[in-house]
Amino acid sequence: MTDKTMTADEVVARLHSGMTLGIGGWGSRRKPMALVRALLRSDLTDLTVVSYGGPDVGMLAAAGRIRKLVAAFVTLDSIPLEPNYRAARETGAFELTEVDEGMFMWGLRAAANRLPFLPVRAGIGSDVMRVNPGLRTVTSPYDDGETFVAMPALRLDAALVHVNRADRLGNGQYLGPDPYFDDLFCEAADSAYLSCERIVDTAELTKEAPPQSLLVKRLSVTGVVEAPGGAHFTSCAPDYGRDENVQRLYASTPWAEFSDRFLAGDEQAYGSAVRNWQEEQG
Amino acid sequence: MDVSREDVASKAAPRTDVRRSEYCVIACAEAWRDAGEILASPMGFIPSVGARLARLTFSPDLLLTDGEAMLVRPDGTPEGWLPYRQHLTLVASGRRHVMMGASQIDRFGNQNISCIGDWARPKRQLLGVRGAPINTLNNPTSYWVPRHSPRVFVEKVDMVCGVGYDRVAEHPGTARFHRIPRVVSDLGVFDFATPDHSMRLASLHPGVSVEQVREATGFELVVPDEVPSTREPTPEELRLIREVIDPADTRRREVSS
Repeated sequence: MTDKTMTADEVVARLHSGMTLGIGGWGSRRKPMALVRALLRSDLTDLTVVSYGGPDVGMLAAAGRIRKLVAAFVTLDSIPLEPNYRAARETGAFELTEVDEGMFMWGLRAAANRLPFLPVRAGIGSDVMRVNPGLRTVTSPYDDGETFVAMPALRLDAALVHVNRADRLGNGQYLGPDPYFDDLFCEAADSAYLSCERIVDTAELTKEAPPQSLLVKRLSVTGVVEAPGGAHFTSCAPDYGRDENVQRLYASTPWAEFSDRFLAGDEQAYGSAVRNWQEEQG
Repeated sequence: MDVSREDVASKAAPRTDVRRSEYCVIACAEAWRDAGEILASPMGFIPSVGARLARLTFSPDLLLTDGEAMLVRPDGTPEGWLPYRQHLTLVASGRRHVMMGASQIDRFGNQNISCIGDWARPKRQLLGVRGAPINTLNNPTSYWVPRHSPRVFVEKVDMVCGVGYDRVAEHPGTARFHRIPRVVSDLGVFDFATPDHSMRLASLHPGVSVEQVREATGFELVVPDEVPSTREPTPEELRLIREVIDPADTRRREVSS
């Protein structure tokens, strides 16, 4: 059996500038932030990022790593508008493919199913068609004759996701209430990297949790990273909730300042920087 | 929407102690009257209070979410699982009535939450289209605007996210499930019950004049000769709003009067 454990930096070493990267989670929830922080430490750039966007997009945008973004929204949830994403959009920093949430899901499903597209009743009549002139429609071959958007597959070079538990082989488990689309991101990608709060023995995965919590199958995973707190400051229920204080700080601090203080070093340095800041706050 | 019912209710003597935010709750709750066993999907504080009020009173079969992945009874007891991917399937099934926000909305109900200005380089980047395109083609979609102003009620939205009646009319084959039952603002209730589906003033919240609404609207609104008042809450509804659903008065954060 292949032991797929590696470090976040080893994951990033396998990625290249110009790649299409899918990032799991949703908004400011269960984002693979340890992997994003490792990306920020590297010199990777020119990325196409595919994400139900949160601070992952905001940080990569602020650091100038994104050439193109595919998204339906970017939000911090408890803070509706992502300040770094907004700033980047308002200066025209990168190209945007703006699609509806449902279209996005069907794009991932198409890629996971090795289909060129899937039909979806969304987009028609909206300006999603205007701002994406490459989007085609398809007519039902049956009697109803309805026209749908042919949502193209969102095939990914690599996917980055974060879950609660995993074994060394790449079986990933979520213990929170929502799988989001993390398994789909992995299935839609040529290689997928899974970070987790804790690596455990395979048998331990189903000791206390039901089998349907086994979200990601090892055959769609290339590397596993043990990253406790790896979603911080986004939520990773039930291990921890969103760190609203640090999120507020992130949203209200100029990027260079935040980045210098919290993202200059490795994951351990990030943890100490956060703890130091929290102590200063009393 | 059922104007006649609100009209009848409005003939009761107005209560002086009812706040504007509470008329807004009633107006939002009414969106889910007679909806049957579907998901009420409110976005914003006041629509959330309204959905729970409807569930506790005249629409007991409604389903509610906790805002995350669970279907819950009004007291928070889980009764089902609805993660995002299943939520999207529920949208496609049509068995949902969502009340979304709108940064801009026009006379035919085209809605924008994506950005202000030119999309290629926006003056203000907002949330993004989110699920507005899929919502409007699949399940009834109403809107909630806590501050009615000419900047929100515009002649033409900068980016059509939610699809309005004029745009969907260009795609008759796609239009079969399209419906915008109502728009609720802090000034009144609006619908599209006109021959060309342009926005009509359906009811005024007590204390608001037609003139006030006209001034706050950036396009010409259809105003019937007689505009009913948004109905009064019953004493039991007021008790539920104030003591059971929203004792912390979160509704005041959206509409302060």
